[in-house]
Amino acid sequence: MMFAVTTLAILVNMALALIRAAKGPTVFDRILAVNNMGTKTVLLIAVLGFLTGRPDFLDLALVYTLMNFIGMFTVLKFVKFGVFGDPPEDKG
Amino acid sequence: MAMILDILSWVLLMTGCFFCAVGAIGLLRLPDVYTRLHAAGITDTLGAGLILIGLMIQAGPTLICVKLIMVLALILLTSPASTYALANSAMDHGVQPFVVQQPDPAAEPGAEAEAEASTAAGPEPAEEGADD
Repeated sequence: MMFAVTTLAILVNMALALIRAAKGPTVFDRILAVNNMGTKTVLLIAVLGFLTGRPDFLDLALVYTLMNFIGMFTVLKFVKFGVFGDPPEDKG
Repeated sequence: MAMILDILSWVLLMTGCFFCAVGAIGLLRLPDVYTRLHAAGITDTLGAGLILIGLMIQAGPTLICVKLIMVLALILLTSPASTYALANSAMDHGVQPFVVQQPDPAAEPGAEAEAEASTAAGPEPAEEGADD
């Protein structure tokens, strides 16, 4: 029961973050909302494992945390420099 | 004993959900990127922390608990770093912070003392960035 309630609450909060990601006036609002979605995805995976009685998905939650972190830096770098590779010399 | 742990776990999970909701509503309602970063920080620390600690109590001393601790440690390590990088990047791009205009004291005669009090209690740079 408690896991169901928690899952529902996290899903509602993810929907709110998604609205901000769609609305966000600047690109940074969108990045922030997507990063927040990632954190909530980790929580959702953890709680969902307990809800279904198979808490083996926690490895996926770990991987999602790292992916979220690195993905955010990658997007920020792309926004700043416009390339995924080495940044141009004059902007470094 | 199991009952007490269950109740404790309920309380922690529900408090975590409450803070997640506070963070999500703040993400929607606050006026600019920097204040929204503050709201997102609530989700990352209090929300995730309380929910994961509640799950740890449910899991008991097993390998699952260790994995939950690792998830929590990773979130607590990475979220301040990404928050800092995002704020720094937004500042570099020239996104201006949302500032409430102080009322002009000269425009309202007779409200001199009040205006002085408001400027004295005005911006305190020491408090900036104390959150997160």
